[in-house]
Amino acid sequence: MNWEEIPKDLDAYQAALDAQLAAGTDRRIAEGRARRAAISAYRKAHPEESHEPAAATAAPAAATAAPAAATAAPAAAATAGTGETATPAAAASAAGPLTTPSRTAPLPTGNLPTPKKGAPDKHRLLALVPPEGIQRVEREQGDRVNVWPHLLIEEFVAMLIMFAGLLIYSTFVNAPLRELANSNLTPNPSKAPWYFLGLQELLRYFHPLVAGISIPTFILVGLATVPFVDRNPSNKPGDRKLAITLFTILFMFGAVLTIIGSFFRGPGFNFVWPWAGGVFFEL
Amino acid sequence: MKLKPPSPSEIGDFLRESEVWKSIFRPGSIFRKGYKDTSRDRALATMNNVLYHLHPVKVKRHGLKLTYTFCLGGLSFFLFILLTITGIYLMFFYRPTADIGGAIAYEDMQLIRTSVFFGDLMRNLHRWGAHLMVLTVTLHMARVFYTGAYKPPREFNWVVGVVLLFLTLGLSFTGYLLPWDQLSRWAVAIAEGITGYSPFIAKQATFLLLGGVVVSPETLLRWYVLHVIALPFVTVLFLAVHFWRIRKDGGISGPM
Repeated sequence: MNWEEIPKDLDAYQAALDAQLAAGTDRRIAEGRARRAAISAYRKAHPEESHEPAAATAAPAAATAAPAAATAAPAAAATAGTGETATPAAAASAAGPLTTPSRTAPLPTGNLPTPKKGAPDKHRLLALVPPEGIQRVEREQGDRVNVWPHLLIEEFVAMLIMFAGLLIYSTFVNAPLRELANSNLTPNPSKAPWYFLGLQELLRYFHPLVAGISIPTFILVGLATVPFVDRNPSNKPGDRKLAITLFTILFMFGAVLTIIGSFFRGPGFNFVWPWAGGVFFEL
Repeated sequence: MKLKPPSPSEIGDFLRESEVWKSIFRPGSIFRKGYKDTSRDRALATMNNVLYHLHPVKVKRHGLKLTYTFCLGGLSFFLFILLTITGIYLMFFYRPTADIGGAIAYEDMQLIRTSVFFGDLMRNLHRWGAHLMVLTVTLHMARVFYTGAYKPPREFNWVVGVVLLFLTLGLSFTGYLLPWDQLSRWAVAIAEGITGYSPFIAKQATFLLLGGVVVSPETLLRWYVLHVIALPFVTVLFLAVHFWRIRKDGGISGPM
């Protein structure tokens, strides 16, 4: 329901507005408080009708009012700038069928641009975009800094440090290259690359259908569905104790299995102590 | 009149004012004459650069904090580029052939190590970089989880990230076979054994993956094609969506 349509007490509005402005409040905020005062004054004076219409309109109004007001404001501003003609939304709803309900926002107050002298007293409508057609992302007001130089320098330094480390390591440590592949000679132990050694470790305990196929599939699908299962909107660690605990347990489980498979498994993939039986691990 | 040779700074000014220079370094470039450290030129420096415009002009200040992101996503992407460059270099000297009687792939590996200019270093960078990338991608996923960055509106980008993790493992594992030594041959045999236990489609899956019933020269060719073109192609597509969605979903998540 719009400001125009809503029942209100205009005297209370004017009184509240004057009081707020006299107190030195910003005009935009003062008008908002005055509107609220006008509506509550009316409801107080007419208690018999306050509940019935409010309940009917509260839900849709709450859901749509905020984006509608946000999108309609620039349109209204453009219209106001070129003279007090009908708003585009209103024009369109009068002209043809419109599936979305037309919405109008109160005209903005404050510094309106005045049209240039001699400018044609009309404007063209390029497109009408219903509010549902725009994917809105809340753009928090906050402390923002320029990407150049702050972020780019940081990324560049991180990249240089990592590249330097990798280059030094690659200069002094050679990647393994064993003897030519031989299908008739199985090395003992034969191990998968390190990131699969956790799974290879699981193969010791479970049937391959479980350890090799079901569990990896479950992990991947489970990971992909995390945001749809965890509907807790908070990202504060204190509010997410269960999620963090579960993920940490799973992650540590994988890490421990990988370490055991990497360093604690020797010939025949049997258990060895790396300091006693040697390390059977190649990257 | 005596002609004086121009000084280096005069040559520099002349170059920087030429039409060619100005066509290469667009407004806002720090290499352009008249770059001022103003908000406007800083914004242009981001917007008018083909690489930097992946970024927005401004980011939330908390996102700069090293302990929030640890730069893990950026480092993963950088490793992907490094692996592409070193991989292209190695492709010049490697043939994925291992017929009976002549394992050209393995011989090429030995030549890369001994005869190719910087071959050993390039191979080491490629190998260690690949292992490091598996690590950084995994840690990046953990970071995103702990900061709750997968929550709305970023749910889909998390799913894209899981696909990218899977692709990273696929890229690493397909590359693992290519040296065609005992290490790689028998590492793949383990995967072969597991695939043989897939429900319903064990035979078909094994054949699709190995190009036969056991690890063979066909497997080498198959995994080579996957490693150098098929999987990188898919990965680049998903990377593009991943980066694009970061911005569409409102930039870096948080603060916590």
